[in-house]
Amino acid sequence: MTLHEDLVRTVVYQHPQALEAISTHYCPGCTHGIAHRLIAEVIDELGIQEQTILVAPVGCAVFAYDYLAVDGVEAAHGRAPAMATGIKRSLPDRIVFTYQGDGDLAAIGTAEIIHAAARGEHITTIFINNAIYGMTGGQMAPTSLPDQRTTSSPFGRNPAIAGNPIRMTELIAAIEGSAYVVRRSLHNVREIRKAKKAIKTAFRVQQAGLGFAMVELLSACPTNWGLSAPDALKWVEEHMVPYYPLGDYKVLDAVKALEDRE
Amino acid sequence: MTVQLLKGNVAIAEAAVRAGLEAYFGYPITPQTELLEHLSARMVELGRVFVQAESEVAAINMVYGAACTGVRTMTSSSSPGVSLMQEGLSYIAASEVPCVVVDMMRGGPGLGNIQPSQADYFQVTRSAGHGDYHPIVLAPASVQEAIDLTFLAFDLADQYRHVVLLVGDGLIGQMMEPAEMPEMRPIRPRPDWAITGAKGRSKHVITSINLTAEENEAANRRIQARLAVIRAREQRSVEHYIEGAKVLVIGFGTSGRVAQSAVKMAREAGIPVGLFRPVTLWPFPEDRLRALVDDGVEAIVVVEMNAGQMLEDVRLVVGREMPIALHSRLGGAVPLPEDILEDIVAVAQKLGLAGPETVR
Ligand SMILES: Cc1ncc(C[n+]2csc(CCOP(=O)(O)OP(=O)(O)O)c2C)c(N)n1
Repeated sequence: MTLHEDLVRTVVYQHPQALEAISTHYCPGCTHGIAHRLIAEVIDELGIQEQTILVAPVGCAVFAYDYLAVDGVEAAHGRAPAMATGIKRSLPDRIVFTYQGDGDLAAIGTAEIIHAAARGEHITTIFINNAIYGMTGGQMAPTSLPDQRTTSSPFGRNPAIAGNPIRMTELIAAIEGSAYVVRRSLHNVREIRKAKKAIKTAFRVQQAGLGFAMVELLSACPTNWGLSAPDALKWVEEHMVPYYPLGDYKVLDAVKALEDRE
Repeated sequence: MTVQLLKGNVAIAEAAVRAGLEAYFGYPITPQTELLEHLSARMVELGRVFVQAESEVAAINMVYGAACTGVRTMTSSSSPGVSLMQEGLSYIAASEVPCVVVDMMRGGPGLGNIQPSQADYFQVTRSAGHGDYHPIVLAPASVQEAIDLTFLAFDLADQYRHVVLLVGDGLIGQMMEPAEMPEMRPIRPRPDWAITGAKGRSKHVITSINLTAEENEAANRRIQARLAVIRAREQRSVEHYIEGAKVLVIGFGTSGRVAQSAVKMAREAGIPVGLFRPVTLWPFPEDRLRALVDDGVEAIVVVEMNAGQMLEDVRLVVGREMPIALHSRLGGAVPLPEDILEDIVAVAQKLGLAGPETVR
């Protein structure tokens, strides 16, 4: 075997099967695309493409079902966990996941996510926290930081008027019924790798029927933040990570055992 | 089948089970809670899905999810809860997936009360949520009819892949009457459009978004075409004492039932009066009503437990010239046969169909 042949056989990169081979509508520098790719890689690695059902949100990721090569539905704003509950209860042996932004999950859909967690629904939630309402053009989100300027907090978010940013991962972790609740970030390669590992665990938790699993992903929105793509990633690291510390907030022993077997 | 004494809400719940209900999601509200309670036992016994949701908003979106997987699914509520379901109903209608919703209306607006009411006729017949569509609306007037229409509701929902509302009030929901409960039907197979995981086929997507005006107009035209078929085929109504009727009393559900007693009394007093009771509120039974009117009806008495909402549909059918009297009770009050009779007599006297001393 020549050196050349060996190189040809070693696959270092390929398009995930669970990701459609089309370009997305996301803005340059948006991390929704990265999150989609990680999910697709995990679906491939777990071999669950034919049994997975995506519940897409209202938000920039409304067309996520166009990009992921799995069965999909499109929920009303904030109601993805309720819709996923209806799907999972009707098809208990399928893998059902929601993909939700911060407006979707932490504002209008707060009740649905909390009660899905409390019921211990066997679903997986990927929570994209970009501290802004992307789809509607950059309004303040429940997760916008103090002093953050948005189109609806033009003087910077003043907690005295606009309230405080909400840390959903901490909240959900405190709920009996959640099995795996962690926060990761997409601002550099190292964190992206960790994010993928967490996403995989979150899907495996569902496969093992251990309870509700959620991975929060700190994400960049250069367009609505008014930053270049690299500066937006830096903003995630310098401003979001301190307010939203990365880490594992709830990992049941049974989940740890899963991870150890990995 | 044997005749049993059954309470309306429980009868509807059991009928739903026997019609093949596989997944129920609901939130307690009077006067329909017995329905949810009955299913909380029956569905679990049968290994089917029952979830008490955190709100009506969640309940209807759980129904939406279940409907996408192709199971027979339903929720039940009463007026304020149905208000909360409006967005979800609209998504379901736009997505063309079948579901059944029971609305046991109560007195509004606001928290109102739990008394029988028909105040949400507009809410259920006009669109049930935003956008341009009508759900199918069925209105029983007895426990037996509630059972029969529950079976029909699931069949129509499947046939047209549409939202079907079964509407009543606390009177229908809580009275006990002898009725026959049909046998358990087998669970029907899942339809091939369902979301089940893309195994051995290309992926399925169920969505209600159509970004361009062209796409969304086409989607709307498709819905309208289906509604036109429903309107042509599915009008239903019941008639009593209709032979030679010159005065026509029109009422649905509880109103229609109370009016039936009034019409009977009027007939006994020799007044040529009949009862027309719409069973489908949408599609409104316009064809039959038009035929009756063309057959010699000279005046109409509309009886409603609202300020005259169905009257607008009646007016559209009969035209401007036809005299219509409205017997209306509001806010949870139920009409009495004697009071309706007075209105019938007054109308009949005006037409010269009854003397001044009729029924005193
Ligand atoms: C009931 C309802 N309210 C409001 C909207 C408008 N809306 C669409 S997306 C959105 C916010 C999305 O923000 P987020 O969930 O953070 O997701 P992102 O777009 O940032 O990915 C809002 C308010 C809607 N579609 N439906």
